[in-house]
Amino acid sequence: MNPSVNKIKSTDRRDFLKVSLGLALSSSGSISMMSLASAEASEVLNAYVGINADGSITIYGPNPEVGQGVNTSLPMIVAEELDANWDDVVCKAAPVQQQYGMQFAGGSLSIPMRWDEMRKVGATAREMLLRAAAREWNVPREELTASESVVRHSSSGKAAHYRDLVALASLIPVPDEADIQMKKPEQYRLLGKRIPNASAKDIATGKPIFGIDAKVDGMVYASFVKCPSIGGTAKRANLELIKALPGIVDAFILDGVPGPYNFDIRESHAIQSGVAIVGKDTWSTFKARETLEVDWDLSAASRDDSDAIEAEALAALASGKVEAEIERAGDVDAAFAHAEITADATYSTDFVSHAQLEPQGVLVSAATSNVEVWTSSQTPVFITANLAKLLDVAPGNITVNQLRGGGGFGRRLSNEYVFEAALISRRVGAPVKLQWKREDDMAFDYYRAPTYYRLQGAVSKSGQLVGWKNLVAAASADGKTANYGASYRPYDFPGKVVPNLAIEQSFVTSQTPTGAWRAPISNVYAFAEQSFIAELADKAGQDHRDFLLNAIGDQGWISEGDMASLNTARARATIEAVTKAAGWGRKLPEGRGLGLAFFLSHSGHIAEVAEVSVEGKKITVHDVWVAADVGQAVNLSGLENQLQGSVVDGLSTLAAQRITIKNGAAVQSNYDNYPLLRMPQSPRVHVSVLNSGYRPTGAGEPALPPLAPAVCNAVFSACGTRIRALPISKEGFSIV
Amino acid sequence: MTTLEINGQNQSFEDIDPSMPLLWALRDHAGMQGVKYGCGVGQCGACTVWLDGFATRACQLTIGALDGRSITTIEGLSCDTLHPVQQAWIDNDVAQCGYCQAGQIMSAASLLERNPNPTDDEIEAAMAGNLCRCGTYVRIKSAIKAASSVMTASALFYNAVQTEEVSA
Repeated sequence: MNPSVNKIKSTDRRDFLKVSLGLALSSSGSISMMSLASAEASEVLNAYVGINADGSITIYGPNPEVGQGVNTSLPMIVAEELDANWDDVVCKAAPVQQQYGMQFAGGSLSIPMRWDEMRKVGATAREMLLRAAAREWNVPREELTASESVVRHSSSGKAAHYRDLVALASLIPVPDEADIQMKKPEQYRLLGKRIPNASAKDIATGKPIFGIDAKVDGMVYASFVKCPSIGGTAKRANLELIKALPGIVDAFILDGVPGPYNFDIRESHAIQSGVAIVGKDTWSTFKARETLEVDWDLSAASRDDSDAIEAEALAALASGKVEAEIERAGDVDAAFAHAEITADATYSTDFVSHAQLEPQGVLVSAATSNVEVWTSSQTPVFITANLAKLLDVAPGNITVNQLRGGGGFGRRLSNEYVFEAALISRRVGAPVKLQWKREDDMAFDYYRAPTYYRLQGAVSKSGQLVGWKNLVAAASADGKTANYGASYRPYDFPGKVVPNLAIEQSFVTSQTPTGAWRAPISNVYAFAEQSFIAELADKAGQDHRDFLLNAIGDQGWISEGDMASLNTARARATIEAVTKAAGWGRKLPEGRGLGLAFFLSHSGHIAEVAEVSVEGKKITVHDVWVAADVGQAVNLSGLENQLQGSVVDGLSTLAAQRITIKNGAAVQSNYDNYPLLRMPQSPRVHVSVLNSGYRPTGAGEPALPPLAPAVCNAVFSACGTRIRALPISKEGFSIV
Repeated sequence: MTTLEINGQNQSFEDIDPSMPLLWALRDHAGMQGVKYGCGVGQCGACTVWLDGFATRACQLTIGALDGRSITTIEGLSCDTLHPVQQAWIDNDVAQCGYCQAGQIMSAASLLERNPNPTDDEIEAAMAGNLCRCGTYVRIKSAIKAASSVMTASALFYNAVQTEEVSA
């Protein structure tokens, strides 16, 4: 489909009428919708919808697409309420502009935060088309219906495609919100269906749609070499020799912008010092790195050693060193004193890298005061303000284009590579394509933090989980606050359902940058918590499923009306569905076992069962069953894909992914020493999507956390060995 | 100067570093950006192309060693209609981020061109060199099986037509 007209109008048109729209889950930022109300006919009905002369309907997806499917699912919501024929719809990435509000991809928030807005956008555009037809045909609006991109008047038999109504509709004043009718779920004909990814054909035919593919006339290529030990600065380098190499245009030291290089996605444009090598193609810059010699100043560099961090953390947990209290409820000491059974176990996970397939790469044109960026960032919304400060240019002179990202998983939430490219572009006076090597990506990641939990549980005489203690040893740069992702969230289960609770914390010094990694904290805490619950069930002589259901209880919403809260009915339903699908309780041969886990994260209630067999230290994961309740399904195919993929990604991470740090630098550098799961190791995955009737919530993250405990619980069932450290390769296990 | 046949067209690379990997020659000099950079060390398969019809990693071939050789990239896999593997990828909605998928498709198509009806083990062996961080292996396998049935059916049809012609 090649729409003849699909350009979106700029935001500063004086004839835009602003319509405020509410936001359910967004923590900050305003969302607004612009709509035309002018004397000038247009093909544009609002900032999201353009209806073209050829009948195609352009719908702009506001949020970054990094594989979570939002550039299909968000337009689907608009198309549903617009009553557009999906075959007419062309999904496009919206430009990065204030009118599109919080343009970011994180926290599995795209769907829940845009849900109301997208529906209103579609329903408003539909109403304007209906009113246009009523005016054109001089019939009452109430006698008109719309479906499949056509407005009909049944008594007269009149019908018109949206393309023939859009010019008139664009002149209609934007209807009051009160006059907008939105559908009930039973009226949906698109939402909940399986719709292929809108970019499926471009992907299958190799179209240049990713961040790495951006090109502009006159651009040069750059590689940026930073100190492997985080925080080290470049003092001197053999720049003259580098500049004389074939294909090299320039080489220079960038002093960087002072840190801390923490994970601050909104207010930071800090970048590390390093050597920029600029060339006529990517390879020239990569090859020149082999000749580069840099004298690093290590006085401010991290000296982290991950083995030492782990040893210090485990010692703190063993000695019960408490430096801060996170949460306390009931009388924990009494619960443990009167318990029939108690258990005490320490769980740990290592640093891991994001390892998304597309290494960081960006094109920035910053030679003049008109700056343009082409990026697959997960937070394009935060680029403009930071770049304006960094380059001292007016925000209005900065254009940010969002391109498809080759995986995000949290890595693209920080934009330091954009700022690196901007400084290099400004220095060389040409647009710069900065390409990180895979080795750069792994060396300068915001890793998933290592975590250390000492869990203690108390089970009463009646077999009920009555007491829960968790001592967290959190990596901390300042010794007072946990680094990103290194701690625990007070609202995580079983907090709130266990009456007597104590969550405490101690700190372990670490300078290694950490950040959001697919389902932050949940992806590690679920492993500890859900494994430990299985341990308690085993010690109490109870079936794990029964013990878990009993612990969850039946009080409904833990926090009434809060979508992010645990709802015990939804939790129970997923556990019951998944255990039924997996045949929980069936007899299995020697060496084979089933394992169960449930977790709530990102508002998604997800239960998983793994079936494994164990031979010595070799684990085969045969099947994984997933039951998911993320509310109303938007794109069922995309949702199921996320669930399947989360299982594979979870297993991949559990198996052997581990970043070790020596002298402040990552030891692992590429997929040969940081292995991702391959197809022969991949299990069959069976997914059930439960329709609970609740508002839709995101699916990019919540299915990952339950995978590790489900597999480790299955390993225990199969062979009696309890795995308490990830990756499992640390204890000699492997996934085959 | 090195001259290769890329997707059926001769292409010459002048003043090019002979040690440049084919990956970067394709991406930066030949305008073929479907081939993707993932690792540069032959581990991920995102740069998979065909060399003389066989799936291989473009990051592991140097342009200087390829004079006179024939390269097929994702852009050249289909002409007027999509290759059955590409169609199956769309029909099965395989991709999430999609970054690895051109490489996956080139590996899968190479397998099916030689073995239109592979077993599960043969599929896994042929695809073991292609990583997907999004974890779409479940759907990749389904798509390969779907493409396999299309290609097997068309092979049967082709054979049947051939037989008719011989017997006529």
